[in-house]
Amino acid sequence: MWRRILALTIKEFLTLLKDKRSRMVIIVPPLIQLMVFGYAATFDLKHVPFAVFNEDRGTVSRDLVAAFHGSPSFEQVARLTQDREIAPMVNSQQALMVIRIGPRFSAEVLSGNPAPVQIIVDGRNSNTAQLVANYAQQIVKQFNTGWIASHGGSTPPALIETRAWFNPNLESRWFFIPGIVGLLTLVVTMLVTALSVAREREQGTFDQLLVTPMRPGEILLGKALPSFVIGMAEATVIILVAVFWFQVPLLGSLLTLYTGIVLFLLSAIGLGLMISSLAVTQQQGLLGAFFFLVPAIILSGFATPIANMPPLVQDLTLLNPMRYFLVVLRGVFLEGTPFHLLIHPFAAMAAIGVIALTIAAWLFRHRMY
Amino acid sequence: MTEPEPRHDSAAPGTFGMRLRGLIRKEFLQIFRDPSSIAIAFLMPVVLLLLFGYGVSLDSESIPVALVVEQPSADTTSFTAAFHKSRYFVPTSYATTRAAETDMMAGKVNAIVVLRQDFAQRLYRPDSAPIQLIVNGVDANTARIISGYVEGVWGTWLEHVALARGESLATPVQIEQRVWFNSELRSRNFLVPGLIAIIMTLIGALLTAMVMAREWERGTMEALMVTPVTMSEVILGKLIPYFILGMGGLALSVAMALWLFNVPLRGSSWMLFGASALFMLTSLGMGLFISTLGKSQFVAGQIAIITTFLPAFLLSGFIFDIGSMPAVVQTITHVVAARYYVAILQTVFLAGNVWSVILPNLLGLGVLTLIFLGLTYRKSRKRLE
Repeated sequence: MWRRILALTIKEFLTLLKDKRSRMVIIVPPLIQLMVFGYAATFDLKHVPFAVFNEDRGTVSRDLVAAFHGSPSFEQVARLTQDREIAPMVNSQQALMVIRIGPRFSAEVLSGNPAPVQIIVDGRNSNTAQLVANYAQQIVKQFNTGWIASHGGSTPPALIETRAWFNPNLESRWFFIPGIVGLLTLVVTMLVTALSVAREREQGTFDQLLVTPMRPGEILLGKALPSFVIGMAEATVIILVAVFWFQVPLLGSLLTLYTGIVLFLLSAIGLGLMISSLAVTQQQGLLGAFFFLVPAIILSGFATPIANMPPLVQDLTLLNPMRYFLVVLRGVFLEGTPFHLLIHPFAAMAAIGVIALTIAAWLFRHRMY
Repeated sequence: MTEPEPRHDSAAPGTFGMRLRGLIRKEFLQIFRDPSSIAIAFLMPVVLLLLFGYGVSLDSESIPVALVVEQPSADTTSFTAAFHKSRYFVPTSYATTRAAETDMMAGKVNAIVVLRQDFAQRLYRPDSAPIQLIVNGVDANTARIISGYVEGVWGTWLEHVALARGESLATPVQIEQRVWFNSELRSRNFLVPGLIAIIMTLIGALLTAMVMAREWERGTMEALMVTPVTMSEVILGKLIPYFILGMGGLALSVAMALWLFNVPLRGSSWMLFGASALFMLTSLGMGLFISTLGKSQFVAGQIAIITTFLPAFLLSGFIFDIGSMPAVVQTITHVVAARYYVAILQTVFLAGNVWSVILPNLLGLGVLTLIFLGLTYRKSRKRLE
């Protein structure tokens, strides 16, 4: 039995790696994408272009604008002199934000009255808009604190002292890179599994496989093992890059991390093979891969928190192995979560994997044309 | 552009139009035989838009937060009451900081607010009483949003306290925030146009990624080559049927955006469809190129999986701001067609027909289309020899 499985495993490796194009696709793009996405995926804004329309001639407004210049998040691109210049500036996306200061601004501040400053933000991307507005608020808040300290005035009775656990500088890259480890591991697994059975069905070689003495379970193992080896190898390389190139802290134990990877691969390979055995043509296999891949990633909590989703969709994510894998990855990387606190996601991934693999093996024989 | 070479044509039986019509008819027959193409064009947009339009949101509400008050007094009560009133928080009281920390470790609360024993005493001293805020920083973005909300609650409370003591609050500069195009910052208004761009990328590429490779793999491409049909006719014969399917899927997506998700359309609909038609060509062109590059369906499928979804999702400006990426990565985003389309869609839906945004992006799409179709043409012709 093991000799038969080994023979099939070797054949599967050969089909994946013998063809130069296929070998290239499996190895090169995931690594390039890791580098590119690692730098692209961040919510930390830099060089947000802004314009200033300052009707005030006093020094206070100049100091306020200087505070924006001093922040690495903002970069002034224009100085406006007329009200009607604001709209074209924002519409054409030359500036994401316009600061508008009225003619009596300095006078009001100096006489101790609250002075308004208008911040106009381009809301086409409402997430970026919210981040820009938050950044602007921080700068004005600091400006106010500084002004009160140097010009006297009543300090507020209570002040907030903020501390962030696990990620003291709130670098969003630390959050996204463990996520990208998950994304790419999933994509590589899909690359290897989603078309493998479908191709054999389309070419008719799967029927030949079924008339050999191999049982469905053995075919399943033979198909799953190469994907498993490739998935493990790529996940390891990706983690090495995350830790040594992107300097994301890895606080937890490698044993916990690899338990998560093994179980995730089990569930992803199971689902991939299941999709592939459902498909009669490779075109259908590809369609199936995307019907799984896209929701699995968007509803995993990678970019938008699961807590923000409506209850029904939150329940749906319980079927998504990616959701559990992200919990494990972020927990082990950033929080150093110990093994026993991750039993629940481990069990969920194992269950998904076993069920999907069983269905795939059943489909081998029962979906014939 | 589509004229066949005249020398070739004079010898070829039938006219250009006749041969093309035959190819298109054959392609449509194939589409109806394997319904997966129809599923890609019509089922995929409906399922994905429903799932994501309702499912994905960046608007955090009902954030679980732990409140620890070491020494309750009238002042601490007014402060915690402000939290209970806020629609952003679901506060729970904890007796000790340690108990709250255990729950934050377990992910049950996202933040802890601690009012120490000496809070009431230090309240009106010049050094101010500290309010300790501990946030879970793993999700840095949510952490920032939470600390912004806590500051909002704090600000409201300060005004309340000042008013009660008959003072006015001293804030020298006050921000008046105006958000244009999406004044309530409804994240759906920008997510839905972005999702349409991603779905169209997938539809375009998936429809055509396999079709050239299939002909090569089954040997029917060689069969086509001995007929009078020219390569540009083969490519057009592949483009036109899938273009029609893809535009059908697009019309469906736009209808859902407008009437199901109530996204405003401030630009004109001809602009929306014109730009979408060009993008569909780019996307189908990319699929054809993948198909020609892969030569076998297996490899073409693999290339499609790795080059379509993730780049369109992460590098298009749909979620992550392109301007904040490093220069090298910004340059790379220029080969991602979805980048231009996301910019056009967000502008046409939310801002209107702003030519200064739309024109450069249309140009980008046009250049990419020419590159993809040109490369497909060249790669296919080489095999003839």
